[in-house]
Amino acid sequence: MEEIVKKAKQATVPAKSGPSRSAAGKLRYIKTNWQLYVIFLLPALLLTIIFKYVPMGGVLLAFKDYSAIQGVLGSPWVGLKYFKRFLSSPDFMSYLLNTLKVSLYGLLWGFPVPVILALLLNRIRQKGIKKNIQLLIYAPNFISVIVLCGMVRIFLSPVGPLNQLMGTEYNFMTMPEAFRTIYIASGIWQGAGWASILYTAALANASQELTEAAVIDGANIFQQIKNVDLPAIKNIIVIQFILQAGNLMSIGFEKAYALQTDLNLPASEILPTYVYKMGLLNGDYGFSTAVGLFNSVINVILLLFVNKVVEKLNDGQGL
Amino acid sequence: MKTTKFRRLSATDKTILSTGYLLLAVFVLLIVVPLCYVIIASFMDPTTLNNQGISLDISKWTLMGYQRVLSNNMIWVGFGNAILYSVSFTFVSVFVTVLAAYPMSKRDLVGKNLFNTLFIITMFFNGGLIPTYLVISNLNMLDTIWAIILPNAFNVWNMILARTYYQSIPDELREASAVDGASDVVHFFKILTPVCKPIIAVLALYQFVALWNSYFDAMIYLNDAMKQPLQLVLRSILIQNTPEAGMIADIQSRAEMAKLAELLKYSTIVVSSLPLLVMYPFFQKYFDKGIMVGSVKG
Repeated sequence: MEEIVKKAKQATVPAKSGPSRSAAGKLRYIKTNWQLYVIFLLPALLLTIIFKYVPMGGVLLAFKDYSAIQGVLGSPWVGLKYFKRFLSSPDFMSYLLNTLKVSLYGLLWGFPVPVILALLLNRIRQKGIKKNIQLLIYAPNFISVIVLCGMVRIFLSPVGPLNQLMGTEYNFMTMPEAFRTIYIASGIWQGAGWASILYTAALANASQELTEAAVIDGANIFQQIKNVDLPAIKNIIVIQFILQAGNLMSIGFEKAYALQTDLNLPASEILPTYVYKMGLLNGDYGFSTAVGLFNSVINVILLLFVNKVVEKLNDGQGL
Repeated sequence: MKTTKFRRLSATDKTILSTGYLLLAVFVLLIVVPLCYVIIASFMDPTTLNNQGISLDISKWTLMGYQRVLSNNMIWVGFGNAILYSVSFTFVSVFVTVLAAYPMSKRDLVGKNLFNTLFIITMFFNGGLIPTYLVISNLNMLDTIWAIILPNAFNVWNMILARTYYQSIPDELREASAVDGASDVVHFFKILTPVCKPIIAVLALYQFVALWNSYFDAMIYLNDAMKQPLQLVLRSILIQNTPEAGMIADIQSRAEMAKLAELLKYSTIVVSSLPLLVMYPFFQKYFDKGIMVGSVKG
């Protein structure tokens, strides 16, 4: 019995944690709790190392003339050749700007919509109606990228419903100037309802009594929203905005690629689609890796910058 | 409470409220109308659809689009593969993720910071397309289900969600099971997992929907047409504008073929999207819960 209790203590009562724990103490912990490492953590660690860290080593390709026979490590170095080629090509600026504009405008147009939706939903007092509206506006989130883009293409085709409605025959999918609008509007259509869940939930938890008090004080609805509702979700708004701002360059490949046509490429070719085409379609491994690395590095810089800004605004606390 | 609210509505409030409701109604209509249009259009006959769009005259509706789509083998192959991939991915992914979350939820784990850093870095930086592709190719996983399942099976964000959930469970549970001599493995599977069913359901739903709706990995790693998941079959019909051969092969004139191809797009959309759209309301509460757990740790 005594032994079991001792065992239980070993398993659960932490020895001193942190740096104060001796090396021998750490070793003893690992020995006692070997299961935590070998059974629980090992699968995740293996997957992470094989599929995330080994490829990270593969970014060496960006500086090498890849040959399949010699492998990544054996291929000859070429220094910054690919970066120079990319940075000096006339396409560089256009692809970089396309990437930034799609995501930046997407953030500016798309960000307020879920907040507004949540504020409006919060004003509906009949639970049943509110619930049905929510189910409807969440639905597009469960439609796949391919189906969404397929619908966009059908609706906007020269003989499609939108043109039938307007009595015109525009071919929107071939217009570079229409691409960003299409991309962003369809994004809002698909994602805004779903994104509002977070705000709706926060509002439902927070504002009942305060709203009551505000009503008694004679505040009109604008004042209630400004003084009660918005403060209740302010933190979530800020966090969401920062998270999205930090991810500006990691805009997804799937939707842009599915909305591309040969003619709208001047606006729709973004870095991820370019990386795919140069790498897997043209087989230019080194160059493609260099462009991808360029994209990742900008993304990390952006993220660190945003995090610094948050620390400044948030009393030294980063994300 | 409800009555006081409405009694106190002033004239300004009424204007604000009705503008707000109007906005909301417009948004709801913008979502519902395209969806309804697709559903109705899928019942048209190709010529009506081409000439005037949809017609509400139910007596003229046909099931022609559905007959052709549903009798096409590739759609079913796509469905079969999508189910196989999504179910296996969900199982592997959730298993690996909740396993890893358990030690990471322990405050005194030796090496916790190291593991944490190791995992978090992968959220913000990755090797990129070609290096990852070469790893998969060198492991001989091209054109196999493993290329779809394994590379993204361990999801760091989901691990954080599960860890947060574990940490909300009182330590006494582990202390009690330890007194009974239960090892971590026994404790995890016999005691912790049953308690954590809600978070496991959330993660499973996330992963299932994510894989079901994605196409990139399948596009680059799978070449064999018989291994393609539904989204790739849809891609050739909807995006590349090339219906599966069997769907329209019997039609002679090119113009007729084009009209039919247009109709088939609508029916394909309905057939392929219906399963998730019909099922998600039943799982809605789990999704809500997942989002709340995520926002706590935000």
